Amino acid sequence: MTNYSFILQDLTKSFSRRLIFKNINAEFNSGSVYGLAGSNGSGKSTLAKIIAGLLSPTSGKVIHKFEDKEVPMEKLHDHLGFVSPYLVLYDEFTAEENLTHFLKIRGIEIDNEKIKTLLNDFSLYGRRNDLLKAYSSGMKQRMKFIFSLIHSPELLILDEPTSNLDIEGKDKVYEIIERESKNKLIVIASNEESDLALCKEIIYVEEYKK
Amino acid sequence: MKAFALFKKDWQSELRTRYAINALAMFILVTISVILFSIGQENISDHLTGGLLWVVIFFSAMSGLSRAFVSEEDKGTTLTLHLIAAPSTIFNGKLIFNVVLVYIMNIAITILFAFLFKSFVIQNFSIFLLAGLFGSFGIAVSSTIIAAIISKASAKGTLYPVLAFPILLPLILVLLELTKYAIDGKPLDSALVELAVLVCYDVIMLTASYLLFDFIWKD
Repeated sequence: MTNYSFILQDLTKSFSRRLIFKNINAEFNSGSVYGLAGSNGSGKSTLAKIIAGLLSPTSGKVIHKFEDKEVPMEKLHDHLGFVSPYLVLYDEFTAEENLTHFLKIRGIEIDNEKIKTLLNDFSLYGRRNDLLKAYSSGMKQRMKFIFSLIHSPELLILDEPTSNLDIEGKDKVYEIIERESKNKLIVIASNEESDLALCKEIIYVEEYKK
Repeated sequence: MKAFALFKKDWQSELRTRYAINALAMFILVTISVILFSIGQENISDHLTGGLLWVVIFFSAMSGLSRAFVSEEDKGTTLTLHLIAAPSTIFNGKLIFNVVLVYIMNIAITILFAFLFKSFVIQNFSIFLLAGLFGSFGIAVSSTIIAAIISKASAKGTLYPVLAFPILLPLILVLLELTKYAIDGKPLDSALVELAVLVCYDVIMLTASYLLFDFIWKD
């Protein structure tokens, strides 16, 4: 199992005068699934973005550690897989071209076998040569999972992971979360009960508004 | 290597969407046509032709070079870039894309000027070549960092030339002077100070861009 963890230290975020959450302190370790829960607009996605280094907190900090060494923020993308409804892949490329470009930009050697396995896992292998603009929203959501897993990250942040998916797609996602949670640290931001049922610990963001 | 992979992704995307290339080509053709119509049968001086060359280059750069970052913002893929590469890789990749685009654009404009304007005759080719080489690189660096700044703004189209003008003005003034030397056929020795200024501009802009980009890119 990989040894990945991150700590939230007195994490506070506000947009102008509107407080989203304040003083969140928590520790997350690999081998588990953690949940970020709350109603719409409660700040789940904001917290997920701050953990992923995509947004700066107003105060406090997030410390990522891999093999007991702190991960600098500019290197975080090497350890992170991220899925969210607001993530957009390149519509002008096919699924295979998207994945090839992502691997080359990351400086990782292209593993055709891994690409094939992941495309098969998410039932997209037959459509691998179609442009992404021809994909349905559910197929694009599956593609985002492949994007998040292709570089074998130690940390997976899944913001509303089952949005746009059909029952078969949801089952596949849950199966993959179960499988990956054995050696990865997974964080799910959702208000779907079935998503949160997979989590060992849940942070209710609304509790940090006072 | 990672930056080059990002450039290849952008180049392939550009060849499919033709967003910047078409905009640049149309802009160059329209601007040169307007100049030709407006001068009619008049004989314009060689120095004025040299000045017009850089006016066309400046405004063409304004019409196409913001694409590097603006297109990512428009497509909503900025987050994807954040997730696959470090800020330095992203800046380098976008810079390579703009450098290639500026060189292609400037070569095309110069060839068109040489064919269409009789008074555009370069006497000292080495001065003109060095000015084009360092000047185009300066335009590419400045355009890339300005594109990164304006990509988050709502009035991108207006803001780009407004921000670019004061930043590119010193560069354009030196390039005008060097083009005058090249047209007059002055020796290379007489242009060394201006060429040194061009190199200094490139180094300063490149250093400032690397220092600034991390702050611009985040949030």
